[in-house]
Amino acid sequence: MKISLGKWLLPLYSALALLFLMVPIAYTFVFSFNDSLKSNITWRGFTFDKWLNVCAVQNGAVCEAFGNSLVIGSVATVLATVMGTMIAIAIVRYRFRFRSATSLLLFLPMATPEVVLGAGLAAQFLSLGVAKDMTTIILAHTMFCISFVVVTVKARVASLDPALEEAGRDLYGSSAQVFLRVTLPLLVPGILAAALLSFALSFDDFIITNFNSGAVTTFPKYIYISAARGIPAEANVIASAVFIFALVVVVTAQVSSAARAKRLAKEA
Amino acid sequence: MASGTFADAGADLELVGIQKRFPGFTAIEHLDLSIPAGSFFALLGPSGCGKTTTLRLVAGLEEPTAGSILIGGTDVTQQKAFQRPVNTVFQSYALFPHMTVLENVAFGLRRRKIADPVGKAHEALRLVELDHLAARKPQQLSGGQQQRVALARAIVNKPALLLLDEPLGALDLKLRRQMQLELKTIQEEVGLTFLHVTHDQEEAMTMADTIAVMNKGRIEQMGAPEVLYELPKTAFVANFLGQSNLFTGPVIGSTSTSITVDVAGHRVVVPADRAHRHAGEVTIGVRPEKMWLHRKAPAEAADRNIMGPGRVIDVSFSGVSTQYLVAVPYIGTLIVFAQNMAFGPVADVGDEVWLDWHVEHGFGLEDEPIPGAGPRFAADTDTRSIAAQRRESLVTELEEA
Repeated sequence: MKISLGKWLLPLYSALALLFLMVPIAYTFVFSFNDSLKSNITWRGFTFDKWLNVCAVQNGAVCEAFGNSLVIGSVATVLATVMGTMIAIAIVRYRFRFRSATSLLLFLPMATPEVVLGAGLAAQFLSLGVAKDMTTIILAHTMFCISFVVVTVKARVASLDPALEEAGRDLYGSSAQVFLRVTLPLLVPGILAAALLSFALSFDDFIITNFNSGAVTTFPKYIYISAARGIPAEANVIASAVFIFALVVVVTAQVSSAARAKRLAKEA
Repeated sequence: MASGTFADAGADLELVGIQKRFPGFTAIEHLDLSIPAGSFFALLGPSGCGKTTTLRLVAGLEEPTAGSILIGGTDVTQQKAFQRPVNTVFQSYALFPHMTVLENVAFGLRRRKIADPVGKAHEALRLVELDHLAARKPQQLSGGQQQRVALARAIVNKPALLLLDEPLGALDLKLRRQMQLELKTIQEEVGLTFLHVTHDQEEAMTMADTIAVMNKGRIEQMGAPEVLYELPKTAFVANFLGQSNLFTGPVIGSTSTSITVDVAGHRVVVPADRAHRHAGEVTIGVRPEKMWLHRKAPAEAADRNIMGPGRVIDVSFSGVSTQYLVAVPYIGTLIVFAQNMAFGPVADVGDEVWLDWHVEHGFGLEDEPIPGAGPRFAADTDTRSIAAQRRESLVTELEEA
């Protein structure tokens, strides 16, 4: 019998690959409903308790770590997005000294192994005598997020037709008005993508955080520490909630953009 | 310009000793230009001649290296683009993609805090017959509609001077002709001064009151379209604005009304008032549609110049007329446009023919002819380029249909 590659092998391979990717997520989700005791390894029965009292365990240590991660992620995202956008515009639009050097240096944090980056930063903070706390984590996260923001926004700036800004100036817009009403709105998709990327990178960073956090615990760090004794089901709850939230956001965006495209097609 | 007010009417534009250098090259060598208020002025030239740079200097998007720009008598050289009473219709239209058509048109009014921007924007859109699409985004419009929005967005501000940067370049031939007429009508209606930059000589001649032909950062000749066509000053103008048959030779006789030039043994007479130079080595010319084709040597006449015999090397039919290429020994290849008065061509390829034209149709250039530069002035009429031209015109015709 002739084996049809396209008919059987490819779908089978795809299904296996998807399964491989989905199993850990499904496991995390399912075990967030486990009526666990200290460790969350064996199935002991279904319960909503962990979802309803997510902060109850270990005096709210899970929730505190999660909260820390949210604060760090938000602050680092805002700082990195603002500075990264400014750098991206400068690199594309202006010819200045050390322009190419700046581009190269921005690429380094992406290319350097995180361990090296984290350890190097920790050494710098130590020799400067800076105490490690939330601030040092935010500084570290802002640093590596900037690179990703610059790369993302740069592409958007480069694809912007300079005639649009010229038209703004020609139509009596001062530099500030042209930037706020023409340049910035047109860059928004790129800036938004960069901000999401920054937040995601900051939120799940473990290596650099571990070197520079001192006594502060972030969500990834909490899971790493508790993995030694068994991760509480509350961690599964938070991980599942984050996953579902992200899924809802993506699906909503897709559906609304499809609806918009349909409406545009109908009008045109 | 004070905010909240419009310019009273179109203003005149004056460029004094403008020079513009970019790193590595000079875009404009030395430019003096004066455009009277209310006129439709065209800057015509090939790409890279400095016409777009001139426009950008006037708009304030570039700074001149030297010289000054005056609008309505006021020196605006030091003013920024947003301070000048000038609006531009960009080649790419440059409509803001994140705004509706209406907001695009109201943009300039809002920046200058002019009362009732929405009402005035609707009014401008009605002028270009697009008010029913005011709520759309620019990318939902066709090229021609976008072009009209760009025009409305500029004229709604009632600028003293409207700059048009090849705004019809992206449109197909039929739409372009239609827009040319519309633009001309709108200009007459609103009475603004229009400065139109184009490389399309037909477009310039159709629309403009005055044309300045630009080449290599200089203005070669300026005047009404008819004058430029009838009496070109330079070989560049003679060949850029339509086609010309040009000949070079020494002046061998002159009277108060005419000069006689020896062109490779042929005596060619040109009226003195149509020749820019009256002595020495000169270049003279005649337009292809002014020439007549004869199968037999025509009788000598005082008021006609005769050339020939020559041999027809190409015949191409284009509807209203037929273009013949005639090779005349020692002179070169000449172009003749003959009206199709009879069915079928008057002469076939290989036929021996004579050419003649009325003395009063000739013109003499101001250019210094380069010694022995006969072919320099010859039009690019080898068969391959003719074939390419014909293919191109066929394709456009097909696209139109």
